Amino acid sequence: MLSVFIDFTYLLASVLFIFGIKGLTHPRTAVRGNLLGATGMLLAVVATLADRQVFGAGAQGLGLILAGVLLGATIGATLALKIQMTAMPQMVALLNAFGGGASALIAGAVLADAADPATQTVVATVASGIIGSVTFWGSLVAFDKLQGLMLPDNPVHFPAQQALNVILAVVAVGLGAWIVSDPSQLTSYGLLIVVGSVLGVLLTIPIGGADMPVAIALLNSYSGLAAASTGFVLNNNILIITGSLVGASGLILTQIMCKAMNRSLMNVLLGAIGPDSGPVQDADEVYAGRVKSTSPEEVAMLLDGARRVVIVPGYGMAVAQAQHQVRDLANLLEEQGTEVEFAIHPVAGRMPGHMNVLLAEANVDYDKLREMDDINPSFEQTDVTVIIGANDIVNPVARTDPSSPIAGMPILDVDKSRTVVVIKRSLSPGFAGIPNPLFAADNTVMLFADGKKAVLDLITAIKDG
Amino acid sequence: MDTFLPLLTIFMLAVFVGVEIITKVPPLLHTPLMSGSNAVSGITIIGALLSVAAGGTLPTILGFLALVLATINVVGGFLVTHRMVAMFRKKD
Repeated sequence: MLSVFIDFTYLLASVLFIFGIKGLTHPRTAVRGNLLGATGMLLAVVATLADRQVFGAGAQGLGLILAGVLLGATIGATLALKIQMTAMPQMVALLNAFGGGASALIAGAVLADAADPATQTVVATVASGIIGSVTFWGSLVAFDKLQGLMLPDNPVHFPAQQALNVILAVVAVGLGAWIVSDPSQLTSYGLLIVVGSVLGVLLTIPIGGADMPVAIALLNSYSGLAAASTGFVLNNNILIITGSLVGASGLILTQIMCKAMNRSLMNVLLGAIGPDSGPVQDADEVYAGRVKSTSPEEVAMLLDGARRVVIVPGYGMAVAQAQHQVRDLANLLEEQGTEVEFAIHPVAGRMPGHMNVLLAEANVDYDKLREMDDINPSFEQTDVTVIIGANDIVNPVARTDPSSPIAGMPILDVDKSRTVVVIKRSLSPGFAGIPNPLFAADNTVMLFADGKKAVLDLITAIKDG
Repeated sequence: MDTFLPLLTIFMLAVFVGVEIITKVPPLLHTPLMSGSNAVSGITIIGALLSVAAGGTLPTILGFLALVLATINVVGGFLVTHRMVAMFRKKD
Protein backbone atom coordinates (compact mmCIF):
# COMPACT_ATOMS: atom_id res chain seq x y z
CA MET A 1 0.00 0.00 0.00
CA LEU A 2 2.75 2.39 1.03
CA SER A 3 4.78 1.62 -2.07
CA VAL A 4 1.75 2.31 -4.26
CA PHE A 5 1.38 5.69 -2.55
CA ILE A 6 5.05 6.46 -3.13
CA ASP A 7 4.96 5.42 -6.79
CA PHE A 8 1.82 7.47 -7.32
CA THR A 9 3.49 10.53 -5.81
CA TYR A 10 6.51 9.99 -8.07
CA LEU A 11 4.16 9.91 -11.06
CA LEU A 12 2.55 13.17 -9.92
CA ALA A 13 6.00 14.74 -9.46
CA SER A 14 7.03 13.65 -12.99
CA VAL A 15 3.91 15.31 -14.41
CA LEU A 16 4.70 18.50 -12.46
CA PHE A 17 8.28 18.50 -13.84
CA ILE A 18 6.94 18.25 -17.40
CA PHE A 19 4.46 21.09 -16.80
CA GLY A 20 7.25 23.02 -15.12
CA ILE A 21 9.53 22.86 -18.13
CA LYS A 22 6.54 23.59 -20.38
CA GLY A 23 6.08 26.80 -18.40
CA LEU A 24 9.51 27.91 -19.57
CA THR A 25 8.22 28.20 -23.14
CA HIS A 26 6.97 31.73 -22.39
CA PRO A 27 8.29 34.45 -20.04
CA ARG A 28 4.74 35.04 -18.79
CA THR A 29 4.39 31.47 -17.50
CA ALA A 30 8.03 30.88 -16.55
CA VAL A 31 7.77 31.83 -12.86
CA ARG A 32 4.78 29.55 -12.36
CA GLY A 33 6.51 26.75 -14.27
CA ASN A 34 9.55 26.91 -12.05
CA LEU A 35 7.33 26.81 -8.94
CA LEU A 36 5.50 23.76 -10.31
CA GLY A 37 8.84 22.02 -10.77
CA ALA A 38 9.89 22.89 -7.22
CA THR A 39 6.56 21.56 -5.89
CA GLY A 40 7.12 18.31 -7.76
CA MET A 41 10.55 18.00 -6.18
CA LEU A 42 9.17 18.61 -2.67
CA LEU A 43 6.50 15.92 -3.20
CA ALA A 44 9.08 13.42 -4.46
CA VAL A 45 11.35 14.06 -1.44
CA VAL A 46 8.49 13.77 1.07
CA ALA A 47 7.32 10.52 -0.55
CA THR A 48 10.85 9.12 -0.33
CA LEU A 49 11.09 10.04 3.35
CA ALA A 50 7.97 7.94 3.90
CA ASP A 51 9.75 4.94 2.37
CA ARG A 52 10.26 2.21 4.93
CA GLN A 53 13.99 2.08 4.28
CA VAL A 54 14.39 5.80 4.95
CA PHE A 55 11.75 6.21 7.66
CA GLY A 56 13.13 3.20 9.53
CA ALA A 57 16.75 4.26 9.18
CA GLY A 58 17.08 5.06 12.87
CA ALA A 59 18.31 8.17 14.62
CA GLN A 60 21.75 8.07 13.04
CA GLY A 61 20.49 7.71 9.49
CA LEU A 62 17.86 10.40 9.91
CA GLY A 63 20.41 12.69 11.55
CA LEU A 64 22.74 12.27 8.58
CA ILE A 65 19.89 12.98 6.17
CA LEU A 66 18.99 16.16 8.05
CA ALA A 67 22.64 17.25 8.15
CA GLY A 68 23.16 16.56 4.43
CA VAL A 69 20.02 18.40 3.40
CA LEU A 70 20.82 21.40 5.62
CA LEU A 71 24.40 21.59 4.34
CA GLY A 72 23.38 21.24 0.68
CA ALA A 73 20.49 23.71 1.05
CA THR A 74 22.75 26.31 2.69
CA ILE A 75 25.42 26.02 -0.01
CA GLY A 76 22.82 25.98 -2.79
CA ALA A 77 20.87 28.97 -1.47
CA THR A 78 24.05 30.99 -0.88
CA LEU A 79 25.28 30.30 -4.41
CA ALA A 80 21.92 31.08 -5.98
CA LEU A 81 21.38 34.35 -4.13
CA LYS A 82 24.95 35.67 -4.29
CA ILE A 83 25.86 34.86 -7.86
CA GLN A 84 25.98 37.80 -10.27
CA MET A 85 23.95 37.51 -13.46
CA THR A 86 27.14 37.99 -15.51
CA ALA A 87 28.54 34.85 -13.81
CA MET A 88 25.56 32.65 -14.67
CA PRO A 89 27.59 30.41 -17.03
CA GLN A 90 29.83 29.50 -14.08
CA MET A 91 26.79 28.74 -11.91
CA VAL A 92 25.31 26.42 -14.52
CA ALA A 93 28.69 24.71 -14.95
CA LEU A 94 28.80 24.05 -11.19
CA LEU A 95 25.24 22.71 -11.14
CA ASN A 96 26.10 20.37 -14.03
CA ALA A 97 29.12 19.16 -12.06
CA PHE A 98 27.11 18.44 -8.91
CA GLY A 99 24.42 16.59 -10.87
CA GLY A 100 26.99 14.32 -12.51
CA GLY A 101 28.87 13.81 -9.23
CA ALA A 102 25.71 12.85 -7.33
CA SER A 103 24.82 10.21 -9.93
CA ALA A 104 28.28 8.60 -9.86
CA LEU A 105 28.26 8.54 -6.03
CA ILE A 106 24.79 6.97 -5.79
CA ALA A 107 25.71 4.28 -8.32
CA GLY A 108 28.82 3.53 -6.21
CA ALA A 109 26.75 3.35 -3.02
CA VAL A 110 24.29 0.89 -4.61
CA LEU A 111 27.15 -1.29 -5.86
CA ALA A 112 28.76 -1.29 -2.40
CA ASP A 113 25.46 -2.15 -0.73
CA ALA A 114 24.16 -4.86 -3.05
CA ALA A 115 25.05 -8.45 -2.19
CA ASP A 116 24.37 -10.01 -5.57
CA PRO A 117 23.21 -7.28 -8.00
CA ALA A 118 21.46 -8.14 -11.27
CA THR A 119 23.42 -7.65 -14.48
CA GLN A 120 21.16 -4.78 -15.55
CA THR A 121 21.91 -2.95 -12.30
CA VAL A 122 25.66 -3.37 -12.72
CA VAL A 123 25.68 -2.26 -16.35
CA ALA A 124 23.67 0.84 -15.39
CA THR A 125 26.04 1.43 -12.47
CA VAL A 126 29.02 1.39 -14.82
CA ALA A 127 27.25 3.84 -17.15
CA SER A 128 26.41 6.16 -14.24
CA GLY A 129 30.00 5.98 -13.04
CA ILE A 130 31.54 6.87 -16.39
CA ILE A 131 29.03 9.57 -17.43
CA GLY A 132 28.88 11.00 -13.91
CA SER A 133 32.63 11.34 -13.45
CA VAL A 134 33.15 12.75 -16.96
CA THR A 135 30.39 15.30 -16.26
CA PHE A 136 31.76 16.20 -12.83
CA TRP A 137 35.34 16.89 -13.87
CA GLY A 138 34.46 18.24 -17.32
CA SER A 139 32.12 20.77 -15.71
CA LEU A 140 34.68 21.77 -13.12
CA VAL A 141 37.19 22.46 -15.92
CA ALA A 142 34.52 24.54 -17.71
CA PHE A 143 33.87 26.41 -14.45
CA ASP A 144 37.56 27.05 -13.97
CA LYS A 145 37.97 28.39 -17.51
CA LEU A 146 34.90 30.65 -17.25
CA GLN A 147 35.94 32.00 -13.88
CA GLY A 148 39.50 32.52 -15.14
CA LEU A 149 41.16 30.61 -12.30
CA MET A 150 44.02 28.24 -13.19
CA LEU A 151 43.39 27.08 -16.74
CA PRO A 152 43.64 29.36 -19.78
CA ASP A 153 40.40 30.41 -21.46
CA ASN A 154 41.73 29.39 -24.86
CA PRO A 155 41.98 25.79 -26.08
CA VAL A 156 44.77 23.61 -24.64
CA HIS A 157 46.31 21.20 -27.13
CA PHE A 158 49.07 18.64 -26.78
CA PRO A 159 50.41 15.88 -29.05
CA ALA A 160 48.41 12.63 -29.34
CA GLN A 161 45.51 14.20 -27.41
CA GLN A 162 42.84 12.36 -29.41
CA ALA A 163 44.70 9.04 -29.24
CA LEU A 164 44.95 9.37 -25.45
CA ASN A 165 41.20 10.08 -25.19
CA VAL A 166 40.39 7.01 -27.25
CA ILE A 167 42.70 4.84 -25.13
CA LEU A 168 41.08 6.15 -21.93
CA ALA A 169 37.59 5.48 -23.30
CA VAL A 170 38.62 1.90 -24.20
CA VAL A 171 40.12 1.41 -20.73
CA ALA A 172 36.88 2.68 -19.15
CA VAL A 173 34.78 0.23 -21.16
CA GLY A 174 37.22 -2.59 -20.30
CA LEU A 175 36.99 -1.77 -16.59
CA GLY A 176 33.21 -1.66 -16.98
CA ALA A 177 33.19 -5.17 -18.45
CA TRP A 178 35.37 -6.37 -15.56
CA ILE A 179 32.92 -4.90 -13.03
CA VAL A 180 29.97 -6.56 -14.76
CA SER A 181 31.74 -9.94 -14.62
CA ASP A 182 32.63 -9.52 -10.93
CA PRO A 183 30.50 -6.86 -9.18
CA SER A 184 32.11 -7.51 -5.77
CA GLN A 185 35.27 -5.72 -6.97
CA LEU A 186 34.73 -2.24 -5.54
CA THR A 187 38.32 -1.26 -6.37
CA SER A 188 37.57 -1.57 -10.05
CA TYR A 189 34.64 0.88 -9.66
CA GLY A 190 37.08 3.29 -8.00
CA LEU A 191 39.46 2.87 -10.94
CA LEU A 192 36.58 3.46 -13.34
CA ILE A 193 35.83 6.76 -11.61
CA VAL A 194 39.50 7.79 -11.85
CA VAL A 195 39.61 7.01 -15.58
CA GLY A 196 36.30 8.82 -16.14
CA SER A 197 37.61 11.84 -14.22
CA VAL A 198 40.79 12.09 -16.32
CA LEU A 199 38.70 11.70 -19.46
CA GLY A 200 36.36 14.49 -18.31
CA VAL A 201 39.30 16.86 -17.82
CA LEU A 202 40.94 15.95 -21.14
CA LEU A 203 37.71 16.28 -23.12
CA THR A 204 37.05 19.80 -21.83
CA ILE A 205 40.48 21.48 -21.83
CA PRO A 206 40.60 21.77 -25.66
CA ILE A 207 37.37 23.79 -25.59
CA GLY A 208 37.90 27.52 -25.30
CA GLY A 209 36.09 30.79 -24.75
CA ALA A 210 33.45 31.27 -27.40
CA ASP A 211 32.87 27.50 -27.75
CA MET A 212 31.79 27.33 -24.11
CA PRO A 213 28.06 27.55 -24.91
CA VAL A 214 28.37 24.20 -26.68
CA ALA A 215 30.41 22.59 -23.89
CA ILE A 216 27.99 23.75 -21.19
CA ALA A 217 24.94 22.58 -23.11
CA LEU A 218 26.56 19.21 -23.76
CA LEU A 219 27.61 18.72 -20.12
CA ASN A 220 24.04 19.66 -19.15
CA SER A 221 22.87 16.82 -21.34
CA TYR A 222 25.41 14.42 -19.78
CA SER A 223 24.24 15.28 -16.26
CA GLY A 224 20.70 14.35 -17.34
CA LEU A 225 21.86 11.08 -18.90
CA ALA A 226 23.78 10.26 -15.71
CA ALA A 227 20.59 10.76 -13.69
CA ALA A 228 18.61 8.58 -16.13
CA SER A 229 21.15 5.79 -15.90
CA THR A 230 21.04 6.04 -12.09
CA GLY A 231 17.30 5.49 -12.56
CA PHE A 232 18.14 2.17 -14.25
CA VAL A 233 20.41 1.34 -11.28
CA LEU A 234 17.61 1.97 -8.78
CA ASN A 235 14.74 0.69 -10.98
CA ASN A 236 13.21 4.08 -10.48
CA ASN A 237 10.87 5.64 -13.06
CA ILE A 238 11.04 9.24 -11.91
CA LEU A 239 14.82 9.37 -12.26
CA ILE A 240 14.57 7.92 -15.75
CA ILE A 241 11.83 10.34 -16.84
CA THR A 242 13.56 13.39 -15.39
CA GLY A 243 17.01 12.38 -16.56
CA SER A 244 15.85 11.85 -20.13
CA LEU A 245 14.04 15.22 -20.11
CA VAL A 246 17.25 16.96 -19.07
CA GLY A 247 19.33 14.87 -21.45
CA ALA A 248 17.05 15.86 -24.34
CA SER A 249 17.13 19.50 -23.29
CA GLY A 250 20.91 19.62 -23.25
CA LEU A 251 21.18 17.87 -26.60
CA ILE A 252 18.75 20.25 -28.28
CA LEU A 253 20.62 23.27 -26.92
CA THR A 254 23.91 21.75 -28.09
CA GLN A 255 22.47 21.32 -31.56
CA ILE A 256 21.18 24.92 -31.64
CA MET A 257 24.57 26.27 -30.55
CA CYS A 258 26.47 24.22 -33.16
CA LYS A 259 24.10 25.39 -35.88
CA ALA A 260 24.59 29.00 -34.80
CA MET A 261 28.33 28.56 -35.39
CA ASN A 262 27.93 26.44 -38.54
CA ARG A 263 30.18 23.78 -37.02
CA SER A 264 29.73 20.11 -36.34
CA LEU A 265 29.68 18.89 -32.76
CA MET A 266 32.86 16.91 -33.45
CA ASN A 267 34.62 20.03 -34.72
CA VAL A 268 33.75 21.90 -31.50
CA LEU A 269 34.70 19.00 -29.23
CA LEU A 270 38.08 18.60 -30.88
CA GLY A 271 38.69 22.31 -30.42
CA ALA A 272 39.48 22.74 -34.11
CA ILE A 273 38.89 26.50 -34.30
CA GLY A 274 41.57 29.04 -33.49
CA PRO A 275 44.66 30.81 -34.81
CA ASP A 276 46.21 27.58 -36.05
CA SER A 277 43.27 26.54 -38.20
CA GLY A 278 44.50 27.86 -41.53
CA PRO A 279 45.88 30.91 -43.30
CA VAL A 280 44.61 34.03 -41.57
CA GLN A 281 44.20 37.32 -43.34
CA ASP A 282 46.75 39.87 -42.23
CA ALA A 283 45.15 42.41 -39.86
CA ASP A 284 47.17 45.34 -41.25
CA GLU A 285 46.00 44.57 -44.75
CA VAL A 286 42.37 44.72 -43.65
CA TYR A 287 42.56 47.73 -41.35
CA ALA A 288 45.39 49.95 -42.70
CA GLY A 289 44.22 53.51 -43.29
CA ARG A 290 40.53 52.55 -43.35
CA VAL A 291 39.54 52.47 -39.68
CA LYS A 292 37.80 55.64 -38.53
CA SER A 293 37.97 56.44 -34.84
CA THR A 294 35.19 58.59 -33.41
CA SER A 295 34.19 60.42 -30.21
CA PRO A 296 31.10 60.11 -27.99
CA GLU A 297 29.98 63.57 -29.19
CA GLU A 298 30.02 62.51 -32.83
CA VAL A 299 28.10 59.31 -32.03
CA ALA A 300 25.56 61.38 -30.07
CA MET A 301 24.97 63.47 -33.20
CA LEU A 302 24.52 60.32 -35.30
CA LEU A 303 22.00 58.96 -32.81
CA ASP A 304 20.19 62.29 -32.61
CA GLY A 305 19.10 62.06 -36.22
CA ALA A 306 18.26 58.34 -36.11
CA ARG A 307 14.72 57.01 -36.37
CA ARG A 308 15.68 53.39 -35.72
CA VAL A 309 18.62 52.14 -33.64
CA VAL A 310 19.63 48.51 -33.05
CA ILE A 311 21.95 47.58 -30.21
CA VAL A 312 24.06 44.41 -30.56
CA PRO A 313 25.46 43.13 -27.24
CA GLY A 314 28.31 40.62 -27.02
CA TYR A 315 30.48 38.98 -24.39
CA GLY A 316 32.29 42.32 -23.97
CA MET A 317 29.12 43.82 -22.47
CA ALA A 318 29.07 41.06 -19.84
CA VAL A 319 32.77 41.56 -19.05
CA ALA A 320 32.30 45.33 -18.68
CA GLN A 321 29.07 44.73 -16.69
CA ALA A 322 27.57 47.45 -18.88
CA GLN A 323 23.99 46.13 -19.19
CA HIS A 324 22.45 48.79 -16.91
CA GLN A 325 24.15 51.64 -18.77
CA VAL A 326 23.05 50.12 -22.08
CA ARG A 327 19.48 50.10 -20.76
CA ASP A 328 19.80 53.80 -19.80
CA LEU A 329 21.02 54.60 -23.30
CA ALA A 330 18.10 52.72 -24.88
CA ASN A 331 15.58 54.49 -22.61
CA LEU A 332 17.09 57.89 -23.37
CA LEU A 333 16.85 57.27 -27.12
CA GLU A 334 13.26 56.07 -26.78
CA GLU A 335 12.34 59.22 -24.87
CA GLN A 336 13.54 61.15 -27.91
CA GLY A 337 11.19 59.16 -30.12
CA THR A 338 13.76 56.76 -31.56
CA GLU A 339 12.79 53.13 -32.11
CA VAL A 340 15.31 50.92 -30.24
CA GLU A 341 15.69 47.14 -30.45
CA PHE A 342 18.31 44.62 -29.36
CA ALA A 343 19.72 41.99 -31.72
CA ILE A 344 20.69 38.79 -29.92
CA HIS A 345 22.91 36.24 -31.65
CA PRO A 346 22.37 32.67 -30.35
CA VAL A 347 26.03 32.27 -29.33
CA ALA A 348 26.63 35.80 -28.02
CA GLY A 349 28.22 35.42 -24.58
CA ARG A 350 29.34 32.24 -22.89
CA MET A 351 26.15 30.20 -22.65
CA PRO A 352 22.79 29.87 -24.39
CA GLY A 353 20.62 32.89 -23.53
CA HIS A 354 23.40 34.75 -21.66
CA MET A 355 22.64 38.19 -23.19
CA ASN A 356 18.89 37.87 -22.63
CA VAL A 357 19.36 37.26 -18.93
CA LEU A 358 21.69 40.24 -18.54
CA LEU A 359 19.33 42.62 -20.34
CA ALA A 360 16.34 41.25 -18.42
CA GLU A 361 18.29 41.97 -15.22
CA ALA A 362 18.63 45.56 -16.43
CA ASN A 363 14.83 45.69 -16.90
CA VAL A 364 14.82 45.75 -20.67
CA ASP A 365 11.38 44.73 -21.97
CA TYR A 366 11.73 41.19 -23.38
CA ASP A 367 9.76 42.14 -26.49
CA LYS A 368 12.71 44.33 -27.48
CA LEU A 369 15.15 41.40 -27.43
CA ARG A 370 14.97 40.08 -30.99
CA GLU A 371 16.41 36.82 -32.32
CA MET A 372 18.83 36.80 -35.23
CA ASP A 373 16.56 35.46 -37.99
CA ASP A 374 13.82 37.77 -36.82
CA ILE A 375 15.82 41.01 -36.84
CA ASN A 376 18.23 40.43 -39.74
CA PRO A 377 15.84 41.63 -42.50
CA SER A 378 15.36 44.93 -40.64
CA PHE A 379 18.99 46.08 -40.66
CA GLU A 380 18.49 47.71 -44.07
CA GLN A 381 15.94 50.03 -42.49
CA THR A 382 18.15 50.74 -39.49
CA ASP A 383 19.85 54.13 -39.24
CA VAL A 384 22.43 53.31 -36.59
CA THR A 385 23.57 49.95 -35.22
CA VAL A 386 25.57 50.12 -31.99
CA ILE A 387 27.78 47.09 -31.29
CA ILE A 388 28.97 46.62 -27.73
CA GLY A 389 31.66 44.01 -27.17
CA ALA A 390 30.75 41.68 -30.04
CA ASN A 391 33.09 40.66 -32.85
CA ASP A 392 32.90 37.28 -34.63
CA ILE A 393 29.07 37.24 -34.65
CA VAL A 394 29.03 40.43 -36.79
CA ASN A 395 31.97 39.56 -39.07
CA PRO A 396 30.80 39.71 -42.71
CA VAL A 397 33.69 37.42 -43.69
CA ALA A 398 31.41 34.55 -42.61
CA ARG A 399 29.27 35.34 -45.68
CA THR A 400 32.01 36.20 -48.14
CA ASP A 401 35.12 34.08 -47.57
CA PRO A 402 34.63 30.29 -47.82
CA SER A 403 38.16 29.66 -46.51
CA SER A 404 37.62 31.60 -43.28
CA PRO A 405 37.40 29.66 -39.99
CA ILE A 406 33.93 31.15 -39.48
CA ALA A 407 32.76 30.57 -43.09
CA GLY A 408 29.04 29.91 -43.27
CA MET A 409 28.37 30.89 -39.68
CA PRO A 410 25.07 32.80 -39.56
CA ILE A 411 25.80 36.37 -38.50
CA LEU A 412 23.87 39.51 -37.66
CA ASP A 413 23.77 41.56 -40.89
CA VAL A 414 24.76 44.78 -39.15
CA ASP A 415 26.83 45.94 -42.14
CA LYS A 416 23.57 46.54 -44.03
CA SER A 417 22.50 49.34 -41.70
CA ARG A 418 23.22 52.94 -42.67
CA THR A 419 25.85 53.54 -39.99
CA VAL A 420 27.58 51.10 -37.64
CA VAL A 421 29.13 52.24 -34.36
CA VAL A 422 31.48 49.70 -32.78
CA ILE A 423 32.32 50.18 -29.11
CA LYS A 424 35.47 48.16 -28.42
CA ARG A 425 38.69 48.66 -26.52
CA SER A 426 41.00 47.89 -29.45
CA LEU A 427 41.11 46.22 -32.85
CA SER A 428 42.09 42.91 -31.20
CA PRO A 429 40.47 39.88 -32.85
CA GLY A 430 37.60 37.88 -31.36
CA PHE A 431 37.76 34.22 -30.41
CA ALA A 432 38.14 33.08 -34.02
CA GLY A 433 41.43 35.04 -34.18
CA ILE A 434 40.65 36.75 -37.48
CA PRO A 435 40.42 40.45 -38.40
CA ASN A 436 36.94 41.89 -38.95
CA PRO A 437 36.51 43.92 -42.18
CA LEU A 438 33.38 45.46 -40.65
CA PHE A 439 35.67 47.69 -38.55
CA ALA A 440 37.21 49.09 -41.75
CA ALA A 441 33.95 49.44 -43.70
CA ASP A 442 32.95 52.82 -45.13
CA ASN A 443 29.82 53.03 -42.98
CA THR A 444 31.54 52.00 -39.71
CA VAL A 445 33.02 54.22 -37.02
CA MET A 446 34.96 52.88 -34.02
CA LEU A 447 34.54 54.21 -30.50
CA PHE A 448 37.62 52.88 -28.72
CA ALA A 449 36.87 52.59 -24.98
CA ASP A 450 35.74 50.27 -22.19
CA GLY A 451 32.09 49.32 -22.82
CA LYS A 452 30.65 50.81 -19.66
CA LYS A 453 32.62 54.07 -19.85
CA ALA A 454 31.82 54.53 -23.55
CA VAL A 455 28.08 54.15 -22.97
CA LEU A 456 28.18 56.52 -19.99
CA ASP A 457 30.06 59.13 -22.07
CA LEU A 458 27.55 58.63 -24.85
CA ILE A 459 24.62 59.25 -22.48
CA THR A 460 26.27 62.46 -21.21
CA ALA A 461 26.95 63.60 -24.77
CA ILE A 462 23.32 63.00 -25.81
CA LYS A 463 22.00 64.87 -22.76
CA ASP A 464 24.35 67.81 -23.42
CA GLY A 465 23.61 67.80 -27.14
CA MET B 1 16.06 -8.45 -17.34
CA ASP B 2 12.30 -8.42 -16.74
CA THR B 3 12.41 -4.81 -15.52
CA PHE B 4 14.74 -3.56 -18.23
CA LEU B 5 12.30 -3.29 -21.14
CA PRO B 6 9.59 -1.39 -19.24
CA LEU B 7 12.26 1.03 -17.99
CA LEU B 8 13.70 1.45 -21.48
CA THR B 9 10.17 2.10 -22.79
CA ILE B 10 9.68 4.86 -20.24
CA PHE B 11 13.11 6.29 -21.11
CA MET B 12 12.39 6.45 -24.83
CA LEU B 13 8.93 7.98 -24.39
CA ALA B 14 10.30 10.59 -21.97
CA VAL B 15 13.00 11.55 -24.49
CA PHE B 16 10.28 12.20 -27.09
CA VAL B 17 8.24 14.27 -24.62
CA GLY B 18 11.41 16.20 -23.74
CA VAL B 19 12.25 16.96 -27.37
CA GLU B 20 8.66 18.08 -28.06
CA ILE B 21 8.51 20.52 -25.15
CA ILE B 22 12.05 21.82 -25.23
CA THR B 23 12.13 22.74 -28.91
CA LYS B 24 9.33 25.19 -28.00
CA VAL B 25 11.43 27.03 -25.41
CA PRO B 26 12.52 30.35 -27.00
CA PRO B 27 16.23 31.37 -26.99
CA LEU B 28 15.14 34.20 -24.67
CA LEU B 29 14.77 31.62 -21.88
CA HIS B 30 17.60 29.23 -22.68
CA THR B 31 19.66 30.14 -19.61
CA PRO B 32 16.74 29.60 -17.18
CA LEU B 33 16.01 26.37 -19.07
CA MET B 34 19.52 25.12 -18.29
CA SER B 35 19.45 26.07 -14.62
CA GLY B 36 15.85 24.85 -14.28
CA SER B 37 16.62 21.50 -15.87
CA ASN B 38 19.61 21.23 -13.55
CA ALA B 39 17.29 21.76 -10.59
CA VAL B 40 14.95 19.07 -11.86
CA SER B 41 17.82 16.64 -12.45
CA GLY B 42 18.54 17.08 -8.73
CA ILE B 43 15.86 14.36 -8.47
CA THR B 44 18.86 12.10 -7.82
CA ILE B 45 18.30 13.41 -4.27
CA ILE B 46 15.84 10.55 -3.75
CA GLY B 47 18.49 8.01 -4.71
CA ALA B 48 20.84 9.71 -2.27
CA LEU B 49 18.25 9.52 0.53
CA LEU B 50 17.83 5.79 -0.04
CA SER B 51 21.60 5.24 -0.05
CA VAL B 52 22.19 7.14 3.20
CA ALA B 53 19.48 5.08 4.84
CA ALA B 54 20.79 1.78 3.47
CA GLY B 55 23.26 1.26 6.31
CA GLY B 56 26.84 0.04 5.86
CA THR B 57 29.71 2.49 6.15
CA LEU B 58 30.70 2.93 2.50
CA PRO B 59 27.18 3.28 1.05
CA THR B 60 26.34 5.77 3.82
CA ILE B 61 29.40 7.94 3.13
CA LEU B 62 28.86 7.91 -0.65
CA GLY B 63 25.15 8.49 -0.17
CA PHE B 64 25.80 11.43 2.18
CA LEU B 65 28.13 13.13 -0.32
CA ALA B 66 25.58 12.54 -3.08
CA LEU B 67 22.84 13.97 -0.84
CA VAL B 68 24.80 17.20 -0.31
CA LEU B 69 25.52 17.60 -4.06
CA ALA B 70 21.96 16.79 -5.12
CA THR B 71 20.49 19.18 -2.54
CA ILE B 72 22.76 21.98 -3.82
CA ASN B 73 21.37 21.26 -7.30
CA VAL B 74 17.76 21.28 -6.16
CA VAL B 75 17.87 24.35 -3.89
CA GLY B 76 20.44 26.31 -5.91
CA GLY B 77 18.86 25.40 -9.24
CA PHE B 78 15.27 26.33 -8.41
CA LEU B 79 16.27 29.52 -6.56
CA VAL B 80 18.58 30.85 -9.25
CA THR B 81 16.02 29.99 -11.94
CA HIS B 82 13.40 31.89 -9.97
CA ARG B 83 15.72 34.89 -9.72
CA MET B 84 16.16 34.86 -13.48
CA VAL B 85 12.62 34.23 -14.69
CA ALA B 86 11.27 36.84 -12.27
CA MET B 87 13.38 39.44 -14.14
CA PHE B 88 11.74 38.87 -17.52
CA ARG B 89 8.91 41.33 -17.79
CA LYS B 90 7.17 43.70 -20.10
CA LYS B 91 7.08 47.37 -19.45
CA ASP B 92 3.56 48.72 -19.17
